[in-house]
Amino acid sequence: MTLLLIALGAAVGAPARYLVDRAVQARHDSVFPWGTFTVNVLGSFLLGLLVAGAGSVSPALTALLGTGLCGALTTYSTFSYETLRLYASGNRSLAVLNVLASLAGGLGAAFAGYAVATALWP
Amino acid sequence: MTHGQRAATPEHASTAGGDPGGNHPGGPWPATDPDVDLHVPQQRQELSRHPAVLLGSIAAGGVLGALGRYGLSVAMPHPATGFPVATFLVNVSGAFLIGVLMVVVTEMAPAHPLLRPFLGVGVLGGYTTFSTSIVDTQQLVIAGAARTALLYLAGTLVCAVLATLAGTVLARALRSVRGRA
Repeated sequence: MTLLLIALGAAVGAPARYLVDRAVQARHDSVFPWGTFTVNVLGSFLLGLLVAGAGSVSPALTALLGTGLCGALTTYSTFSYETLRLYASGNRSLAVLNVLASLAGGLGAAFAGYAVATALWP
Repeated sequence: MTHGQRAATPEHASTAGGDPGGNHPGGPWPATDPDVDLHVPQQRQELSRHPAVLLGSIAAGGVLGALGRYGLSVAMPHPATGFPVATFLVNVSGAFLIGVLMVVVTEMAPAHPLLRPFLGVGVLGGYTTFSTSIVDTQQLVIAGAARTALLYLAGTLVCAVLATLAGTVLARALRSVRGRA
């Protein structure tokens, strides 16, 4: 059952990443990978929310939304490739900015999700 | 940034990467994002051409990747204040594989149009996870293991980027060996 829920979450999360990435790029033409940044920060917020509420949230929901959806919505391989690609193409400050913004943005979003969850489910 | 500035970047990339780059059938690779980059004409059009096949391939790949990640996390659980080994290995190995894959997709003979969506966006995107890496770090901080959190955050970043570089270099080396044979 857990496997099925993870599969279901991932089957939505991976195409959602692709579609959000496209939508962000279509509205925001830049070398900076705003699309990947957006899904990674969004996914970190959702997972932070979910993990904080884990006491009241069922393991099934964690498998579906956490391991499946958030796991497939966000990506480290793409983030790593983009960082290297920016650096190797001479955009070194953008590569550093991508790292700092993604890590700080992700952590900030995770703590924000955590705060929202503890406020909603004290 | 303008399109003109962007067009210049792949040449810098090829100098830095030691690769001529221009041998790709579509000319120098103009993309930063390996998932989808709207600066690549084929990728701009791929969604409207075959939406169901494309999104279906991404979903199928994502399922395989996520199940692989889950399998590793079950095989290698970590205590609340311990180093999250499974997610670290998942992200570093996935970063290595995207390096290999993107050399195949962008620098070798024209790849099948679903190869990048299935393997790159789907399998590797579903396998690796940014959110778990971040929330693992957060949980370590909350559990009072700030030093492990920092080591994990920085370690994953450095090892993943180096792994992507290693994957790229290795794939290019294999390609040139095969090219000479």
